[in-house]
Amino acid sequence: MASNKKYWKNEAELNPSDSIVETLKQNEFVEEIPVDEFLGDKENLSESNTNRRDFLKYVGFSTAAASLAACEGPVVKTIPYVVQPENIVPGVANYYATTIANGFDFASILIKTREGRPIKVENNTDANVGGFANARVQASVLSLYDSTRLQGASKGGEPVEWSVLNADVKSKIEALKDTGKQAVFLTQTYASPSTARLMEQFKTVNSSVNHVVYDAISQDAALNAFESRYGQRALADYDFEKADVIVSFGADFIGDWQGGGYNSGYSKGRIPKNGKMSKHVQFEANMSLAGANADKRVALTPTQQKIALAKLYAKLAGTSASGEIPAYAEEAVNSVAALINKNKKGSVVVTGLDDENAQAVVLAINEMLGSRAYDAVAPRYVRQGNVNAVNKLVADMNAGKVGVLVMDGVNPMYSLPNSAAFKSGIEKVDVSVAYATNWNETTEVTTYTAAANHYLESWGDVEIKKGNYSLIQPAIKELFDTRQFQSSLLNWMGSESTYYDYVKETWTASVLNGADWNLALHDGVFVVKDEVLQEVASISVSDEIEEELLVKKNSIDAAVRALSGATSEGEFELTLYSKTGMGDGQQASNPWLQEFPDPITRVAWDNYVTVSKADAEALGLENYNVANGGMDGSYAKLTVNGVVVDRVPVVVQPGQAKSSIGFSLGYGKKVGLKEEMQTGVNAFPLYQDFKNTQSVSIEKVQGVKDHEFACVQLHKTLMGRGDIIKETTLEIFNTKNHKEWNPQPMVSLDHQEVEATSVDLWESFDRSIGHHFNMSIDLNACTGCGACVIACHAENNVPVVGKEEVRKSRDMHWLRIDRYYSSEESFEGDDAKKAGFDGLSGDNGSLGGFLELEDPSANPQVAFQPVMCQHCNHAPCETVCPVAATSHGRQGQNQMAYNRCVGTRYCANNCPYKVRRFNWFLYNNNDEFDYHMNNDLGKMVLNPDVNVRSRGVIEKCSMCIQKTQKTILDAKRDGRVIEDGEFQTACSAACGDGAIVFGDVNDKDSKVAHLKEDDRMYHLLEHVGTKPNVFYHVQVRNTNEA
Amino acid sequence: MKKVINRNQIFKVLNISVVLFLLFSISAFAQDEANASGGDPVKGKALFNQNCAACHSLTRKMTGPALEKVEERLSEDEGLDREWLYAWIKNSPGLIKSGDAYANKVYAEFNQAAMTAFPTLSNADIDNILAYTAAAPAAPVVKSSEGVGVAAAQGVSSGISNEVILGALTCVFGLLVMMLFLVNKTLRRIAEANGVSLEQENAEKRLPIWKAFAQNQFLVLVTVVLMLLGSAYFAYGWMMQVGVDQGYAPIQPIHFSHKVHAGDNKIECKYCHSSARVSKTSGVPALNVCMNCHKSIFEYKGNAEGPSSEDLANGYTNEFYTGEIKKLYKAVGWDEENQNYTGESKPVEWVRIHNLPDFAYFNHSQHVSVAGVECQTCHGPVEEMEIMYQYSPLTMGWCVNCHRETNVKVEGNAYYEKIHSELSKKYGVDKLTAAQMGGLECGKCHY
Repeated sequence: MASNKKYWKNEAELNPSDSIVETLKQNEFVEEIPVDEFLGDKENLSESNTNRRDFLKYVGFSTAAASLAACEGPVVKTIPYVVQPENIVPGVANYYATTIANGFDFASILIKTREGRPIKVENNTDANVGGFANARVQASVLSLYDSTRLQGASKGGEPVEWSVLNADVKSKIEALKDTGKQAVFLTQTYASPSTARLMEQFKTVNSSVNHVVYDAISQDAALNAFESRYGQRALADYDFEKADVIVSFGADFIGDWQGGGYNSGYSKGRIPKNGKMSKHVQFEANMSLAGANADKRVALTPTQQKIALAKLYAKLAGTSASGEIPAYAEEAVNSVAALINKNKKGSVVVTGLDDENAQAVVLAINEMLGSRAYDAVAPRYVRQGNVNAVNKLVADMNAGKVGVLVMDGVNPMYSLPNSAAFKSGIEKVDVSVAYATNWNETTEVTTYTAAANHYLESWGDVEIKKGNYSLIQPAIKELFDTRQFQSSLLNWMGSESTYYDYVKETWTASVLNGADWNLALHDGVFVVKDEVLQEVASISVSDEIEEELLVKKNSIDAAVRALSGATSEGEFELTLYSKTGMGDGQQASNPWLQEFPDPITRVAWDNYVTVSKADAEALGLENYNVANGGMDGSYAKLTVNGVVVDRVPVVVQPGQAKSSIGFSLGYGKKVGLKEEMQTGVNAFPLYQDFKNTQSVSIEKVQGVKDHEFACVQLHKTLMGRGDIIKETTLEIFNTKNHKEWNPQPMVSLDHQEVEATSVDLWESFDRSIGHHFNMSIDLNACTGCGACVIACHAENNVPVVGKEEVRKSRDMHWLRIDRYYSSEESFEGDDAKKAGFDGLSGDNGSLGGFLELEDPSANPQVAFQPVMCQHCNHAPCETVCPVAATSHGRQGQNQMAYNRCVGTRYCANNCPYKVRRFNWFLYNNNDEFDYHMNNDLGKMVLNPDVNVRSRGVIEKCSMCIQKTQKTILDAKRDGRVIEDGEFQTACSAACGDGAIVFGDVNDKDSKVAHLKEDDRMYHLLEHVGTKPNVFYHVQVRNTNEA
Repeated sequence: MKKVINRNQIFKVLNISVVLFLLFSISAFAQDEANASGGDPVKGKALFNQNCAACHSLTRKMTGPALEKVEERLSEDEGLDREWLYAWIKNSPGLIKSGDAYANKVYAEFNQAAMTAFPTLSNADIDNILAYTAAAPAAPVVKSSEGVGVAAAQGVSSGISNEVILGALTCVFGLLVMMLFLVNKTLRRIAEANGVSLEQENAEKRLPIWKAFAQNQFLVLVTVVLMLLGSAYFAYGWMMQVGVDQGYAPIQPIHFSHKVHAGDNKIECKYCHSSARVSKTSGVPALNVCMNCHKSIFEYKGNAEGPSSEDLANGYTNEFYTGEIKKLYKAVGWDEENQNYTGESKPVEWVRIHNLPDFAYFNHSQHVSVAGVECQTCHGPVEEMEIMYQYSPLTMGWCVNCHRETNVKVEGNAYYEKIHSELSKKYGVDKLTAAQMGGLECGKCHY
């Protein structure tokens, strides 16, 4: 039952004697106003000759001077177009469909442009595949306006003409013809039909050319397994919406596993419909997003995961597998196998282990089950990197067999584990060129640096999934003197045509099949009809002969044997992963992503090694909170195969499997970045053989000052008011009345217990006329991915405040995704568990069982909760504002007039949800905050319809009033009624999970009106009586066992 | 002195007018002559302006060639008759295709821009047009100077009458004052002579009035209070206009006269400020919008009656306006000689007149398209403004006042149907003001 559960946000909260936590609970603003910064230190102050009266004189004078100066208005220029483009109307946004394909993120998007400037990324809802823009894709528009971008080609740091570069490379490639040396193109994964055709064409012209695809974070094992089974280098696709049972072995499929984008399908299956929802079991080491969303999470080290996978295969195939795993894991495997056996077609198994055997076994299981959710016919092409080819290239380079090396979209000097070998190799290459948007580790060592286009300046095409094509079209002309790699290839080939022509040619010839090019360009996506694909597939299946099947079976048996015999060499096992914010590190100079708090640890501006609590205690590693609310942590030293990464900060991660540690890739970039952006530690040196699991040894770094984290997890506390998350199980949800699992809080009125909602301090206000906006957030569907956070940043010009300020609880996010842990310890279910103990050891043994119960942080359950301004109809903030700067609109929005605010911060004090943010400083045009709002280029991303707030005012979520007002105005202009779904906020539009639904509850047929009537609906802190316009849906966990 | 000069001018102007009248009558005779060749130049002029003037001028090469005496020239130089012209005007692309030598030559000469076919024009219409082109009026330069002359004459004559009357009145007043003074002096002398003592001595004994005032504390207090109140009133008034730029009329890089465009030529506001219909900004028109008309309007010809004395006093002569058009050509990169764009453009840096602060959101289309508010309601009599200025204070009080008083235009707008019926029932009114619709909420304009 929901109300009996204890939720906690940080380990420290579990310690009743932690004074800091108590302080944080009581203080809205942890620090006093930073007067010291402008008054200097006390000693100086007392010595100074300036006394109070002088001070007042100066103040008086400067005020008078300032007001006199203000009398003269500035002369504002307005400069119209000389020739106005036909489809641009100043003040009206245009949307174009395009695609991001940077080798790590692939998504079909819409790009919003104002006066020709791209300012915001939206989901392309027409795309069946890849139509969801994650946090990084949402933020990618800011990377276009990165002030550190390369602005032209250079050679050895000196600017050089493109013609010189082109002529040099062209002649060098041609000169290689008879020398036996190769010219190598080392590139990212394009998944592009046109680029593939171009490469082939280039190779026919210059036989010495070799194309090597390199993914910084490789899926080589999965690709190999798929290739050997289906004969095609691709990744099996999964549709989690169709799955009733989802079993994952270390696959963070809500994160970046296989290129990501699976969350929308997953979420659809997670919403209980007709008493049913999917069941998700996760076996993993690190606490990942997928693990956090799972119904049941089994913490296992990678080696144990392999054995568990082998055991599951054996169970399903009716054989047996050896290997030792803990009893609780064995039990979990058994129960999962029973679940799957009940519903074979509705089950799916995935794995994220970089192990060919594991990948092969998973493919075999899904095929054996005939899983509905499994798709090997139309696989994904978003990862094509080939580890062997890359290794061979490095060897060839060192052997002097490579004459020309051209790189695009990759940064091997940063991301290769053996970057030293690469460096010595590149010195032996005659000419090397790196196409890059920013100066980086690789451009430092190449002969030429070719400034590359941002994807919003480029043409191109992508085949994300077989038969699902997307087009890349530029939304703006190149800002600088940059070229895209493909254009240069055409140039080197001696072709006159542009890459646009080339793409169009490819599409007309082999993709469109007679369909309209302009329509495809408009839609951004083009899907080849199903029949065509099916035809191809049926041929390949029928060709299979029995003999081959036998070979396959034998190889799978071997794979299972190998898995079940897996052992770990070292004391600890390391799992390398990519963080939602930073991915593979391409956008390290993007301040939005740097300030984006990790969904699990809630740490921004950093990466770290995650350690379980038990291991941390054993190793003497710790996290603790200090007086200003910030979190500090020890440093650790990691060693893999003799490669040492020193001084990695430690985060004690609840749910981390014992004897395992986690460490995220993508941080620790130094070259070409502003100082503020040089965050974290580079984990790539530990990414040996491109395997995400490694044996590692870890020890505490002694004698250094502990690391200071910018961790927001204890910030903005709700002053100890509980009842924020409501949770129940599918069984209770299906069988009991909603009053039991979603009870209304009761209050005492005239000595009678009555429902809190029936009592009111205020006169009620008639809200039945006109629009009344409400927002619904389904905790079941929310995966915590954070796309909404960045979308909110982009839409509302939310400033970036930097690591120091975030540490001091001064982050400005209007929308935060709270992450709560809960442990079975305080469950009713725990009592049942205790009662079920049978004997000392064994499956139900009390020895293991009590150990599990002992520590709530060993394997907690996780709940995510997006919280923004709740737009209370009876808002506590409005009643305390001394200047009426915040007031309520008839449409339900709590409005904030910044120009009226005098910054008393009463409203923030009185807000029970802690969603109001104070502008402690001027965050624009201020060198102290040298982020995008401090340079003209970065400011181009600002939304012209929303104010940029100044120092000293409170700001908060406006429920995107600029968007609702625009929708209303459009309807008024057309003289029509607004349809459901037209009203959107930035977060609801960005939500690929369907968790955030926005609309008008006075429109009784609207989706949000129906959701409000749902039994699962509840408001945050109902008993406070604020009557919010944001409501939540009780989280339901599917704890049904077989 | 002044009067003498004026008189001289009048004579000069009269002389010129006589000469011009003679000239004009000669050209009128010429027109009569043209009539003989079959066609009505008056009708022809109307047709010419309607159909041809966008691309042709009589005397200048524009998108198409100059057409003055085109028929005569064609028959003399090329040996082409009127039948050829009929064929060309009715279907020039067809003629080009048929391989006609001269047709193709002209086509090539004018950047291969085919002339629009006019199949609707009858032979008689074309006759009329040709009659007009054949009977081209006298050179426009002379004509314009005539306009100036006449206007100058008028302006000067009206100036004389006013000044004369004023001067006479001043003289009469001066004489009266002098007489009074003299009478007073005489009376005094008489009084002195008669030994009548004046009151002067008595007055000296009395307390001076300012001393009496200073001694009366109550009066002092009242005065001080009044003065303080007064100064507070003025200080408040002064403070309230800080940041209010009503009447702001900056000098613009090109002297664009709304009076000429919106007033004299009655161009609809939203022809140029088209984005006001759909966007939050009304939009300063792009230069290509200017060129829609100014490609063919290359000089200012003024009103029929010529510039007023006021215009002249400000220097707004026809030449001045024509000069401003040349500035436009320079900015947009239009080569008048060759009638093409050079590609060297320089955007015009207008000075923005209406500046709302960043924290106030205003949307033109809401007011223009939805509410149907006339532009003049906020921008004032733009059609009379030679120099554009800020007509309204653009303060929040001004906005709010209008929202309180203005009824929302709900008729025929399906969006308003439901909310209007519900709200009007609630407030018990027939018509809802913008304020009742929620137009006074902070968040509607501040976000």
